[in-house]
Amino acid sequence: MTLRDISPGHSCVVRSIDAASALGQRLRDLGLMPGRTIKVLRNAPLKDPMELELEGYLISLRRAEAQAVAVETNHE
Amino acid sequence: MSEGRLRVALAGQPNSGKSTVFNLLTGARQHVANYPGVTVEKKVGHFSHDGKRIELVDLPGTYALSTFSLEERVARDFLIEERPEVVVQVADATTIKRHLALFLQIAEMERPLVLGLNKSDVARKNNISVDAAGLAEFLGVAVIPMSAKTGQGRTELKQAIVRAVDRGPAKLRIDYGPLEPVIAKVEALLMDIGGLPDHLPRRWLAVKLLEDDAVLREQFRDRGTETVPLLAQVERFREEIEKEHGKDAGELIGMCRYRLAAATGDKFLTARNPRQARLTDRIDSVLCHKVFGPLILVGVIYLLYELAIVQGYRLTTYTWPLLEGLKGMLSVILPPAAYIYDPVVRSLGLWFIDSVNALLNYIPVFLVLFSLVAFLEDVGYMPRMAFIMDRLFKRFGLHGQSTLPMVLGGVYIGGCAVPAIMSTKGIPDERARLATILIIPMLNCLAKIPLYILLVHAYFPAHKGVAMFFVATISLFMALPVAKILSLTVLRDRDTAPFLMEMPAYHLPTIRGVLGRAVERTWLFVKKIVTVVAAVAVVVFVLLQYPGLSAVQQDDYTGRGRAALARFVAAAAPTAVGERLTDEARVMELIAFSERYKDARRRVSSTEASEAVNARFAQLDPGFYEIVMRGKKSPAARQLDRAFGALERERQTIRREIRAARIDASFLGQIGRALEPVTQWAGFNWRINVSLLSALAAKESLVATLGAIYQQDDEGGASLEERMKATETGFTPLHALALILFMVLYPPCLATLMTIKLQTASYKWMLFSLGYQLGLGVVVASLVFTGARLLGLTGLQAMYGFFGLMVLVTVAVGCIDRAPSRAVAGAPADGCATRA
Repeated sequence: MTLRDISPGHSCVVRSIDAASALGQRLRDLGLMPGRTIKVLRNAPLKDPMELELEGYLISLRRAEAQAVAVETNHE
Repeated sequence: MSEGRLRVALAGQPNSGKSTVFNLLTGARQHVANYPGVTVEKKVGHFSHDGKRIELVDLPGTYALSTFSLEERVARDFLIEERPEVVVQVADATTIKRHLALFLQIAEMERPLVLGLNKSDVARKNNISVDAAGLAEFLGVAVIPMSAKTGQGRTELKQAIVRAVDRGPAKLRIDYGPLEPVIAKVEALLMDIGGLPDHLPRRWLAVKLLEDDAVLREQFRDRGTETVPLLAQVERFREEIEKEHGKDAGELIGMCRYRLAAATGDKFLTARNPRQARLTDRIDSVLCHKVFGPLILVGVIYLLYELAIVQGYRLTTYTWPLLEGLKGMLSVILPPAAYIYDPVVRSLGLWFIDSVNALLNYIPVFLVLFSLVAFLEDVGYMPRMAFIMDRLFKRFGLHGQSTLPMVLGGVYIGGCAVPAIMSTKGIPDERARLATILIIPMLNCLAKIPLYILLVHAYFPAHKGVAMFFVATISLFMALPVAKILSLTVLRDRDTAPFLMEMPAYHLPTIRGVLGRAVERTWLFVKKIVTVVAAVAVVVFVLLQYPGLSAVQQDDYTGRGRAALARFVAAAAPTAVGERLTDEARVMELIAFSERYKDARRRVSSTEASEAVNARFAQLDPGFYEIVMRGKKSPAARQLDRAFGALERERQTIRREIRAARIDASFLGQIGRALEPVTQWAGFNWRINVSLLSALAAKESLVATLGAIYQQDDEGGASLEERMKATETGFTPLHALALILFMVLYPPCLATLMTIKLQTASYKWMLFSLGYQLGLGVVVASLVFTGARLLGLTGLQAMYGFFGLMVLVTVAVGCIDRAPSRAVAGAPADGCATRA
């Protein structure tokens, strides 16, 4: 499952990031790392990009890029 | 490193409050933007502490110190090449973990470091506590809790900066675990490379080489043959690591760093209730709402226009008299007007001040516009705007962050391409950024509006509303397809970047911050732009005035002038003042007196005030006053006034004819005629060509030139619309439509071209922008004009038809699903696509 599949209001834990170079670096720069919990807050009005919360701050990224983040959901 | 002077670099991530800290330390006017990457240039400020003079350099805000983006490269190069004595990192205490990752990267460069924990007050309010002392001990640097907004921690930070020099680099060493032996081997290999600067830590170089840092690799390659074995060995190490760990060495190294940052954060930070994120989330649930979000966005843009363009423009009615006063002062200094042929210095001087005033007139609009934009930036709304618009703009090869530039450029009506293009700096995606830069000049800048209004009023009087709506929106429906086409063609090979954007916490801006930035940006505009436009005004003046009149024409005008003068002198001879009015010089005194009088009367409105003006002029020269005064006067004076009126009218006529004849014979006039065979397909005759050419430097000139061309022959108050219609008898609404469309696509003005050069750092894009818009303008105007002619459409029908067509084209182009998707995913392609 990737971050792209998580619907708004749900949380997940990052398992791995399948992106080297720029995107992987950028994601890490913003704190998206294996083990981190991410909450998907909402999608943009046209469904893309999506807004996430992690570690007390908010970021947004396009769905195409969210696909590079493999996640697993918390047991709810 | 002279005694008593320190060079200090200020680093930090976007939205850490770095710029506020810069202001706090140096007191300089500088700005804080809540929009990733607004500060790209380095700003420098000074302050003194403890007998040391400190030069503080504000580095661009970056999330890391790799070399993927221009800002990061700028920041890193500064740390390597300028070797600041101390580096201060500003971190947001509320989100410290993320900032620690950057801290570790700076620390690896082994410069003395100080960590400023900004927004500590906000952190406290949100129940986030950071153990600064523990952190300081762990990191081996001074950690200063502070709040740039309230000024708390200012002295402590200065103190820490001065002491950091003796304290030396951070002692912390990142443990790269299984990679350590490899790093040690590369370090050993580096020892054999001669001539490496001593200040570059070998360990840092080794780590960077293993990370496959493109810039560093190139630098080593440029050193020559001795680095070839080293680079080959590094490549072998990288392959081994990949084989062993199943991961790229760069990724492993990055992970170690980020893991340490996260662990450090966990150790020294206790967050009980991250209220800040909750509040921001709650606001976002409205501002980014499916329905309300776009509505609010439209409302915000509408307010921006209403306040800046409509209300701000109203302010110019108060400032314009000041500029007129400036012109008045200059006209006094310049050599006085002559009877027929004014001295060139005078004409040039007045032309010059008119051109500059046309731009300075926008200052109130800019001040209001920039204040509002600064407000929106500081509040944190800009990234939300990008968030809402990204999907739509992406379809046209643009970016969510293209929203602000397009709003500034005049997406509806009224804007300016210069600030718009300046604001594209923050767009991380190179391709989208260039596409944005290239389409902004097609939007409706303020200077295009006068022509639109003129043409709409003159040729679409019964459909003003519809026509203005067409003008306001057609530019967008041409700009969007063009952006898409550009990004699929000329921009195809440009780098793209992932859309990863921080949505900063909302906060209330300070009045000082907002106004300071508005003033700063306006000043930048005045300084950079007005000087260029002023220089070009001189060139256009020459092109419009020379080679000038033929000797025959000149003699003819002189003769007519003399005849009129003689008639007046003869009429004046029998009167009392007649003996004073014997030659041209004397009569000029009367003309000047009359003009001053008329001018003074124009400035006053009340009866009392005009009485006072009368009394003043009566005292100044009773003889002259009797002729020019308004109101009851003796029959003799009345007769003389009539004769004088005839003289003045004849003089005006002659001077006007001379001006028209000059333009007619000018270089620009000749070019305009030479272009007629081409432009006839768009319906432009040479007169239109001349006015279009004169507007190349600044579009403000266009209507002014039209005014000069369509001079009226009598003193009547015919408006320019009426005069234009009277002269261009063959002109139809279709002609006007073609001209409007050409104006939409008209090449960027000089100021804009300068800005394009600045923002793209290339003359190539500047010239491209000039060329493609000119070409497109001619083609579109010709197709619409000639096409509508052949189809027998009226101007209005052609307008509807073209609008419908462009809307269809826009929709169709938007549906092309990014053909080069391989390139859109360009950056991650090597990772996410192949590894998945």
